[in-house]
Amino acid sequence: MSWAEGFLDFAVILSLTILAIAFLITTVRIIRGPTLPDRILGLDTLVAVAIGFIAVVGVKTGFNLYIDIALALGLVGFLATVAFARFVLEHGMTAEDRTETRLAEEQSREPTQ
Amino acid sequence: MILTVIAGIMIIVGAVFALVAAVGLLRLPDVYSRMHAATKAGTLGSGLMMLSLALVADDFATVTRAIAGVIFFLLTAPVASHLLARAAYAVGYRLWDGSLIDEMDWQDSRKESAPEKRN
Repeated sequence: MSWAEGFLDFAVILSLTILAIAFLITTVRIIRGPTLPDRILGLDTLVAVAIGFIAVVGVKTGFNLYIDIALALGLVGFLATVAFARFVLEHGMTAEDRTETRLAEEQSREPTQ
Repeated sequence: MILTVIAGIMIIVGAVFALVAAVGLLRLPDVYSRMHAATKAGTLGSGLMMLSLALVADDFATVTRAIAGVIFFLLTAPVASHLLARAAYAVGYRLWDGSLIDEMDWQDSRKESAPEKRN
């Protein structure tokens, strides 16, 4: 194994670790919310990170088939985000988010009175 | 050999950009600024990692598919996030209180101090 191959192996391991951390942080945002668009955005980012994951695994294993999987996942993620955006536009704010927005507005108005 | 080293560097840089997108998603205050972090950095990260896959592949078909995939992501990510931001703004999700100006709100009192006032 040449020097460059060893460096590539090290890069693959390091980037898989970094991507796993990014995955976990994004999951925290999806769970915490607080609103529906935040969760949709988190899912969109999750798809982007997963595409990177698949590309790195493709480099690691040498199977060229992984590029097709990444393309298909990108297409599905784009369509899912568009569909979610249409859903938000169609149905308005969720009941929880409406209550939270009203509470925040009352809180920000009080100090001026 | 040089291509392999460049591919390794691109993998690491792409992973770091994905991490920056995730940290921005966690730390920024409202959905619109989170979108600013997540869309740009996330797309750049996954695009760099797919380009490095194109660099190490010895097959011409794989290289063209990887480049086509990167172009596809660069085209679709702004469209998706713009649609989401527009939908969230249209149904009434508020900006962060620290935002200085809301250019889509014509009755915004904060616009009084802005140089260009429309009424």
